[in-house]
Amino acid sequence: MQMIFLKLFWMFLKIGIFTFGGGYSMIALIQNEVVEKQGWMTAQEFTDILAISQMTPGPVGINTATYAGYTAVVNMGLPVWQGVLGSLLASLAVILLPVAAILLVHSYLSRHSDNPLIAQVLRTLRLTVVGLIAAAALLLLTTESFGTPGLNIQFVVSLLVFAVVFYLSVRHRTSPILLILASGLVGLVVYSLF
Amino acid sequence: MLWQLFASFWKIGTFTIGGGYVMIPLMEKEIVDRRRWMDREEFLDCLSLSQAMPGIFAVNMAACIGRRLCGVRGVIAAIAGNILMPIVLILLFAIFFRYFRDNVYVERIFMGLRPAVVALIAAPVFRMAKSANVCWRNCWIPVVAALLIWLLGVSPVWVILAAIVGGLLYGFVSERNKKEGGCR
Repeated sequence: MQMIFLKLFWMFLKIGIFTFGGGYSMIALIQNEVVEKQGWMTAQEFTDILAISQMTPGPVGINTATYAGYTAVVNMGLPVWQGVLGSLLASLAVILLPVAAILLVHSYLSRHSDNPLIAQVLRTLRLTVVGLIAAAALLLLTTESFGTPGLNIQFVVSLLVFAVVFYLSVRHRTSPILLILASGLVGLVVYSLF
Repeated sequence: MLWQLFASFWKIGTFTIGGGYVMIPLMEKEIVDRRRWMDREEFLDCLSLSQAMPGIFAVNMAACIGRRLCGVRGVIAAIAGNILMPIVLILLFAIFFRYFRDNVYVERIFMGLRPAVVALIAAPVFRMAKSANVCWRNCWIPVVAALLIWLLGVSPVWVILAAIVGGLLYGFVSERNKKEGGCR
């Protein structure tokens, strides 16, 4: 039983230190661990967690880590208070090493931020993170979230919602919370009518 | 001072939805313009440090600003303020959502919004590709990274490690040749 907490802590330590370029790359790392490797939750459950994490206040990475830590423990059949413990461990672990690193290099890097070697590593990381996030999105394209491909109402509506949200987000930078709420409303109306 | 630092970051953490990039302008307003705790240049130093370091952008900012203003105690105050309410709110939601998840209306709402969430993860790929200067010469890097993770199930951790090693090697080589890397 205590194994899960150790595992969670170690896992999120790793996730924290390997997150470069913001919350979305952290989503790729969390997904790989809790969905693909450990199978602690389904891709659909993880998608729901992402929806909530983007609609509630605060850093998306912290929200996702908190919610994923809670869900992993509770899905194992453990009580709610242990789920809370798991979520706190996950969010503590995820910030621990990066914050320690900031304190360590705080005085060093502000003097050496123009080091060409560091700049090259950061450029390569930025490129890689683009691929990381693309993989996260591809892995979330599941039949549970989109319906079985074909001419059925769920699949068609899902594709339409995906296309419209993608377009609005890329082109017009429409706020994510507005897009999520609107899509939820579309779902409520469409699936109640048909 | 510590208490004020906590309060400032509490406000920023509690009332911003959408994560790091939404918080930065608010932090700037609060820390630089309203409280006048640091000047804009110092703030930008923190910004570039937070982006260069691993981890969550907003938390890194809180750590860096807290460190400059009050040392390690400032770090704890700023981070605690920043993440306290988000964690409490998400836990409350997580605990009670279990009871509503099987409700037919809730399920319909989530059936509608799941594709939107996936689109919202896909969209930054294109925005970030632009800011990372993806071009014909280097586009194999994100493509290979995505395929390794997506199709071969390679852990993103290994992909990131490979990027760090590759970037270092490339940096060494181009330093030696005194050539400028990148796309220009």
